[in-house]
This record gives sequence, C-alpha cells and structure tokens, in this order.
Amino acid sequence: MKYEAPKSIDEALELLESEPDSCVFAGATDIIPQMRSGRPEPKLMIDLKCIPEMVQIACENKVWTIGAAVPAVLIAGDSALKSDFPGLAESAGLIGSDQIQNRASLGGNVCNASPAADTVPALIVNNAHAVIASKGGMRTLPVALIATGPGSTSLNAGEFIVAFRIEQPLPHSADAYLRFIPRTEMDIAVVGAAARITMDKAGNCTDAVIALGAVAPTAVRVTAAEDALRGNPIDEDTLTKIMAAARAACNPIDDKRGSKEYRTQVAGVLAKRVVIEAADRARK
Amino acid sequence: MNRRHITCTINGDKAEFLCDDDESLLNTLRDELGLTGAKEGCGTGDCGACSVMLNGRLVCSCLVFAPEAEGATIETIEGMADGEHLHPLQTAFLEGAALQCGICTPGVLIAAKALLDRNPEPTESEVRYALAGNLCRCTGYDKIVRSVLDAAAQMKNNLQEGDRL
Ligand SMILES: Cc1cc2nc3c(=O)[nH]c(=O)nc-3n(C[C@H](O)[C@H](O)[C@H](O)COP(=O)(O)OP(=O)(O)OC[C@H]3O[C@@H](n4cnc5c(N)ncnc54)[C@H](O)[C@@H]3O)c2cc1C
Ligand code: FES
Ligand code: FES
Repeated sequence: MKYEAPKSIDEALELLESEPDSCVFAGATDIIPQMRSGRPEPKLMIDLKCIPEMVQIACENKVWTIGAAVPAVLIAGDSALKSDFPGLAESAGLIGSDQIQNRASLGGNVCNASPAADTVPALIVNNAHAVIASKGGMRTLPVALIATGPGSTSLNAGEFIVAFRIEQPLPHSADAYLRFIPRTEMDIAVVGAAARITMDKAGNCTDAVIALGAVAPTAVRVTAAEDALRGNPIDEDTLTKIMAAARAACNPIDDKRGSKEYRTQVAGVLAKRVVIEAADRARK
Repeated sequence: MNRRHITCTINGDKAEFLCDDDESLLNTLRDELGLTGAKEGCGTGDCGACSVMLNGRLVCSCLVFAPEAEGATIETIEGMADGEHLHPLQTAFLEGAALQCGICTPGVLIAAKALLDRNPEPTESEVRYALAGNLCRCTGYDKIVRSVLDAAAQMKNNLQEGDRL
C-alpha cells in the first residue's frame, strides 16, 4: 500500500484516476479497524486532510459549508455552527472518545455508511447536501441519498465528498439529536433520532423533518410522523401518532445491543423525545 | 518497496525515521524509535493505550498512518517528565496507586494531561468523560480519577505558590 497526501482537490482526483484500487480517507477511525479485521488493503490510500477546503468550516450567504475532513471535535465545538444546528453539533460530539473526536470526520461518518452513524440523521433533517468532486466537475446530492445499505454508497469510482452544505435555519426552527446506547459513552447507537421542527407563534408546528438511525439498513425518514406534526400543536395526540409512525418505520436487526422488538420500542420513545426537544428550542 | 523517510518533531527534538506506508504511527514509535511507552492494547481505537499527542491533539497512534507524521509535532509519554523531575500527574499516580500492571498508564497520563492543559480544574465527571477512551483492566478507574483530580489541585497550588514568589 502507498500513502499520498494531495494538497488540492485536483491533485486528489488525479491520484484517484491513476490508481483504480485506491481509497480516500480522513480520520481513518473506520478504515484502519476494518483493515485490521480483514478488509483488503487498497494499493493507494489518499489522505484528504491536507486539502484546505476540506478542513474548513465557513458560513457565507446564509449557507454553512463544512469540510468533509473536519474532525468532529471542531464541529461539536464551533459555537456559531452550534447555535444554528445544536442537534448536528451534538451528533458530532457523540462520536467516540476524545481520541476519536480529534480524527473522525463527517465525510467518513457518511461514507462508511454504517446504519448507526450518528451524524447522518442530523444531516438529513437539516437537508444537508454533499458536494461531490469528480474529474467531470462538481455535483451535489442530499445526504439521504448517499448511503444505499450497510457499507455501500451511491458515489461512483473517482468521486469523493469535498464538503457538506446546509442552509441556515429559518426563525423559530430548531434541530435536535438523541441517541440511546447501553452505556453513557463509547458505544454504538441502538437507536438514533433527529428532528427539525418549525413552529408558528400560535404554538403549532408548521414544518417537521424526522429521521432515525440504527433501525434499518440506512437512516430513514419518518414521513408519517412529519405529516402528523404539520399544522398541529405538539400535544399528547400528536406525540402518540409520532411514536406509532416511528415504530412503523423500523426494520431493525437483532444484536447484542438490542433485539428487534427492543429497538422498535425505543425508536418510538426517542422520536417523541427528540420532537419535544427540537420544539422547545424552536420556541426560544 | 522503498521505505519512506519522515522528518518530524518528537518531544521537542527533531526526529527522522524510515517507515512503510501502511505502518501505524504506534508501530513506528515503538519499533523504529524505541519509544515503547505507548502500547498496543487493541489496535482498533477502543482502548487508548496507544494515545499520543499529534499536532496538539490527542489521538490513538494505532489509528494514524506513520507517513502522516511528516512535518508533525508529536508528544509521547517519554517527554512528560522534565528529566528526573516527574510531571505532577505522574507523581499523583504513584502516590495514589493509580496503576497496577501499568499497560494503560502511559495512555491514561497523556489523555489526562490533554484534559488538564485545556481545563485545569475539571470536575470528576469531566475527568471520567475525558478518560472514556482509555480502558483499564486493573484499577477499576477510581484511583485513576482521584489521582487526576489530586494532580489538578497540586498544579493549582504550584501556580499560586509561583505567584507568591
Ligand atoms: C473507538 C471508536 C468509537 C466510535 N464511536 C462512534 C460513534 O459513537 N458514532 C459513530 O457514528 N461512529 C463512531 N465510530 C466510527 C467512526 O469514528 C466514525 O464513523 C467517523 O466519523 C469516521 O470518520 P473518519 O474520518 O475517521 O473515516 P475514515 O476511516 O477516514 O473513512 C471511512 C470511510 O469513508 C470513506 N471516506 C472518508 N472520507 C470520505 C470523503 N470525503 N469522500 C468519500 N469517501 C470518504 C473512506 O474511504 C472509508 O471507506 C467510532 C470508531 C471508533 C474506532
Ligand atoms: S491500541 Fe490504539 S486504541 Fe487500543
Ligand atoms: S493498570 Fe493494568 S490496565 Fe490499567
């Protein structure tokens, strides 16, 4: 295996083209453990962290651009970003220990395509778009369309994600992310739930986006819960509908962290709590 | 394949070494440079025994490719004491019996120092979160946490005494 650290997007694209058996990476917190457990080594590893655009966070013309190789610690710790997207910042802050936080990137979290990836539901509810580079130019794609199943993505050979773009939220709109794990730190989600809720002055929900992680092969939108919220107050009746809709959207696995039934049960509870949390923030 | 030549700064001194591109920084530190303080407990980022500082950030050196060290500044446990003079954390660990077999200790000390450098007066819960990436099979963690808090108190005292002088 050869290692290269290109200093520009073009240089990285050249390298990708020069060696079909190559792999881009940022924090290597997924890729190295996978190689240790038998994933074949590629001929070329392309380190994206020396490309300036990929390690920057910026907000211009009401659009945030978060470099795909920015370490989670900087996303969780950016106070301006956190005030616009507290849920997204929290989801990044939940990834692993301090050691992992200092390396793990959004690009890696999204492209590793684990169903339990913490930032993915939060990116989805914020309608984040990935900016994807290839020899043919740049294209953008909603984050929801990147993972196609555990470990697989819709990216083509020769492509990589440069950054994620998210529009600043409207007034009276807020996001939240909650994760349930068997311990308080250092574990993988049994269920993750993200919501973005927009409220009007009368206390009715005018718009809602809800996504769940770890309960299906990819993160899932819960559109039935969104429909139940839109135009309605967030009362017992609405919350009961949200719980039922979240449970109906689940198609989870059974594993040591939780059985199918357990994950489905928890998904309902977490969906309800995350909606309440996002709505509380939206009212402020 | 030709081995790669790397120049970096380790514990304040310029260091040069040869590595293979697929080698981990941990293996290079241990096998090429003889810095055997950092340990391999798991090789997958779970235990923190391999913790070092890379460009001012706490990382698992088992999850870093050795060529990433080019031009970097690295701090390892070997640079923690000032000659014979132990760091207050090291003294507190000895006095508080915060180690048994000692395999986890270099990584715990590096992570604890990273915490105290950014937060000199952590609460117990902040210490526990900051050390969540460091596993210990022996001590049950309590003595580790108490020793970190003792070291923080001692360092604050030292500072105040320094002010008075
Ligand atoms: C101890 C430990 C704890 C963890 N805890 C959590 C947790 O709590 N929650 C969680 O969600 N994850 C967790 N993880 C998994 C991992 O840290 C995250 O998924 C992280 O965000 C991956 O980012 P990375 O930059 O390290 O990815 P890498 O390992 O660098 O890359 C991962 C994959 O994505 C691809 N890739 C990376 N960047 C790009 C890009 N820009 N464009 C295209 N493809 C790209 C790579 O080719 C590779 O296939 C943990 C891992 C460890 C070791
Ligand atoms: S050896 Fe690196 S984290 Fe365990
Ligand atoms: S002292 Fe033995 S692992 Fe911590």
